[in-house]
Amino acid sequence: MNADTLIPLIFGRLTLEALPHEPIVLATMVVVVLGGAALVGALTYFKLWGYLWKEWFTTVDHKKIGIMYMILGLIMFVRGFADAIMMRLQQAMAFGGSEGYLNAHHYDQIFTAHGVIMIFFVAMPLVTGIMNYVVPLQIGARDVSFPFLNNFSFWMTTAGAVIVMASLFVGEFARTGWLAYPPLSGIGYSPGVGVDYYIWALQIAGVGTTLSGINLIATIVKMRAPGMGMMKMPVFTWTSLCTNVLIVASFPVLTAVLALLTLDRYVGTNFFTNDFGGNPMMYVNLIWIWGHPEVYILILPLFGVFSEIASTFSGKKLFGYTSMVYATVVITILSYLVWLHHFFTMGSGASVNSFFGITTMIISIPTGAKIFNWLFTMYRGRIRFELPMMWLVAFMLTFVIGGMTGVLLAVPPADFVLHNSLFLIAHFHNVIIGGVLFGLFAAINFWWPKAFGFKLDKFWGMVSFCCWVPGFWLAFAPLYVLGLMGVTRRMRVFDDPSLQIWFVIAAIGAGVIALGIAAMFIQFAVSIINRDKLRDTTGDPWGGRTLEWATSSPPPAYNFASTPVVHDADAWWDMKKKKYQRPLSGYKAIHMPSNTGAGVIISGLCLVMGLALVWYIWWLAALSFLGVLAVSIAHTFNYKRDYYIPADEVRATEEARTRLLAGTEG
Amino acid sequence: MSATAIKIDDPNVFHLEEEPHHEEGSSTMLGFWLYLMSDCLIFAMLFAVFGVVGGNYAAGPGPKELFDLELVAVNTAMLLFSSITYGFAMLAMDKNKTRQTLIWLAVTGLFGLAFLGIELYEFAHLIHEGATPQRSAFLSAFFTLVGTHGLHVTFGIIWLVTLMVQVSWKGLIPANKRRLMCLSMFWHFLDVIWIGVFTFVYLLGMVR
Amino acid sequence: MSADKNDHSPESHDTDHLGHEGHNHGSFKSYLIGFVLSVILTAIPFWLVMTGVLPTQATALIVMAFAVVQIVVHMIYFLHMNSKSEGGWTMLALIFTIIVVVIALSGSLWVMYHLNTNMMPSTHDMSQMSS
Repeated sequence: MNADTLIPLIFGRLTLEALPHEPIVLATMVVVVLGGAALVGALTYFKLWGYLWKEWFTTVDHKKIGIMYMILGLIMFVRGFADAIMMRLQQAMAFGGSEGYLNAHHYDQIFTAHGVIMIFFVAMPLVTGIMNYVVPLQIGARDVSFPFLNNFSFWMTTAGAVIVMASLFVGEFARTGWLAYPPLSGIGYSPGVGVDYYIWALQIAGVGTTLSGINLIATIVKMRAPGMGMMKMPVFTWTSLCTNVLIVASFPVLTAVLALLTLDRYVGTNFFTNDFGGNPMMYVNLIWIWGHPEVYILILPLFGVFSEIASTFSGKKLFGYTSMVYATVVITILSYLVWLHHFFTMGSGASVNSFFGITTMIISIPTGAKIFNWLFTMYRGRIRFELPMMWLVAFMLTFVIGGMTGVLLAVPPADFVLHNSLFLIAHFHNVIIGGVLFGLFAAINFWWPKAFGFKLDKFWGMVSFCCWVPGFWLAFAPLYVLGLMGVTRRMRVFDDPSLQIWFVIAAIGAGVIALGIAAMFIQFAVSIINRDKLRDTTGDPWGGRTLEWATSSPPPAYNFASTPVVHDADAWWDMKKKKYQRPLSGYKAIHMPSNTGAGVIISGLCLVMGLALVWYIWWLAALSFLGVLAVSIAHTFNYKRDYYIPADEVRATEEARTRLLAGTEG
Repeated sequence: MSATAIKIDDPNVFHLEEEPHHEEGSSTMLGFWLYLMSDCLIFAMLFAVFGVVGGNYAAGPGPKELFDLELVAVNTAMLLFSSITYGFAMLAMDKNKTRQTLIWLAVTGLFGLAFLGIELYEFAHLIHEGATPQRSAFLSAFFTLVGTHGLHVTFGIIWLVTLMVQVSWKGLIPANKRRLMCLSMFWHFLDVIWIGVFTFVYLLGMVR
Repeated sequence: MSADKNDHSPESHDTDHLGHEGHNHGSFKSYLIGFVLSVILTAIPFWLVMTGVLPTQATALIVMAFAVVQIVVHMIYFLHMNSKSEGGWTMLALIFTIIVVVIALSGSLWVMYHLNTNMMPSTHDMSQMSS
């Protein structure tokens, strides 16, 4: 056997050609490699690997996993935003014969990566992170139902993110748009590794997402504190429940569709091809059966966040708790009945289009009801304009407009004019940034003191806010205009010079948003430096209403020394009203799950398998698959998965808190 | 128990003397059921694809030329037998009879293997005839749907063997009982999926 | 612990001891009933299709009806579905899944049928267009 046959056998289609040639990518790679080496060096120098492995990587504590999700989401957010800025610059420049600075091969990867990263590796981890952190605390539980699975889910999501990042430096990413419609994403038109990177990143992360959905449903159903009936659950817990129901009932659809696309590409089947009876339209149909519920997966938890914030900072019970719950449930079900509005123009008849147009308009009704509930909660309340409340107000103003352009797009004849245009781009950024992202910023500002024991700096938070909100409008209002003029999405160069001014304004807007993002990171840094000044010793810095504020900040590993009994939807408010006293004795040993490295190892093997499959390195793929199987089975032979926190340790922790509380009062 | 119930109703009681304790694994059955529901959706999508492109033979062979219903009937019988033998294993488990449980599990595994063998024989036969998954959208959908079910049975058997080892190692401890109950649900769930497969793919394919 | 306790009561979380309420594994008799019913419900459709005694349309309808009945039989006798296990949550999850499956299946067939009719004119229509 000579080298010409041996090398492909060992390395598949991976050659030196796969390393970057374009200067922008090359420079990025150098920076990332040097930065990574510096980070690894620093961690080694300060001997932090053992700490990270024991306290974070192998942890089954839902709070730590939640924080790791947030870090993952924020890192990927920077990457996704870099893509956005590059697109804005390109489109602002490429007029009058100018090609801009990005070639088509690169530009097409950027808009695909931007969409994929922002949805799957920014919004999803951030939302999952918040739910992971807050839900068990809100329901008075000590952890989630399946703590090991929680750790595993996180690492699977991370493995997916690593695959996407790897595509930046080794080979290429998909050039198909974020949903990779065939036949473009088929092997005939996309023979490279890009679509394969896309497929395996999403499949591996998807396993994590589905399992974390199952986990949180089981947690909310089974682990609630005594007395907390369904209609006494905090609204955020309710929206989390509905979100996770949507996850469990829609991500399998994505898994199935991508598996079929994989078969088309790897085995040569004919599901979505144009020959031999395949039907590409079926892909579009199926992926939107996942895709529409996904939209609500992203926004529903933030509706919950805003509900908590509205009542906390208005000092009032949430207006219309019951209607809020029902609106959430109705949205959950209706979200399965609207998917065709993503492809009105693909040739369905009038009856199909009108059915889906009408269901789409109907779904705006429960959403509208929620807006009114928040308004009525604020009405005659004692409103405190802390940062979370500011984001709530910005959200309501922004999101309502995005919602209305959505209803406009729901009208099939209007959609025939506007589909695939920048109007659509402006619409969904309007709801995703105005809803999901603003909600996440509100949530971060709201729960940061709970997670770390000190508030975030208000000044830099305001700077971030003041850049983000106008920046958003500067960046996306021009796209509405351009869309109405008929400019389609994903264009790299333009002919009509009269359009340029709008793209320049949009690029300036993106620049202002960049300042907002920078201000947010400065806010984190300043707050960490000034943490002693911003310290909150009460565990309840905002005058909170739900159970997470009943325990210390940050909460101990076991969350609650003794499980609270719930009498009201605003359980902690009810306790404070009745002059609740913390029990100061009678501590018992607490049963907790123990850490395990199995999640990291299995996900690592999945990562290797994914990369091997991308590059057709069959032996490695087979080997790592067997590894996954073997480690999973070996893990089931471990029957000892728990330990007790001794009563003495609980007493010591709680007495330290008692002293802290006394200190603030004195 | 009634004492704690009264205390919870007392609006001024915020802690119970007896810590509410979540039995280890008390969420497992629900969690596993939720997983099955998500798996069910994967199969639903494969059925949807088969429903849409299942008639596209692309001038290739159709069900009538390819399927051997007698073989499918034998295969169905294998799966049905394995279901009731798993049921017997569960009954033995309830009576804490380790040996009997293991024997019934082994019988179930053998029926499962027979099912897989017949299915592989069928696949090999089809491919030999030139009816490969690449030949038409119908065949792509057929192989994927039936193959995915077969893959599930394969993993079921691996899991079954693992559990047999664990039961003979640790006996019928609660953790193992819980695992056997999960596999039981998985196994019967695959049976339900197979009802859909033989009805919509094989039988309706023949009368299409 | 009484078996009819609803999920909202605080104690119900920790009453799910294995083999007690909610987890009934059936009896020898119930497994046998399920098995016999399944055999009958499988044999008849196979027989109908293999012999072709009835017209095609009728066979198809009967076969599908038998499949639905057999799925229900399996759910009750093998999967032991009832409205009480896990405080009704398994049943609720099942119903929700069925709703989603029905929506996705029937919706896909409806949508794709429309697309095929509108966007893929058969050769017959093509010849009409060209003439």
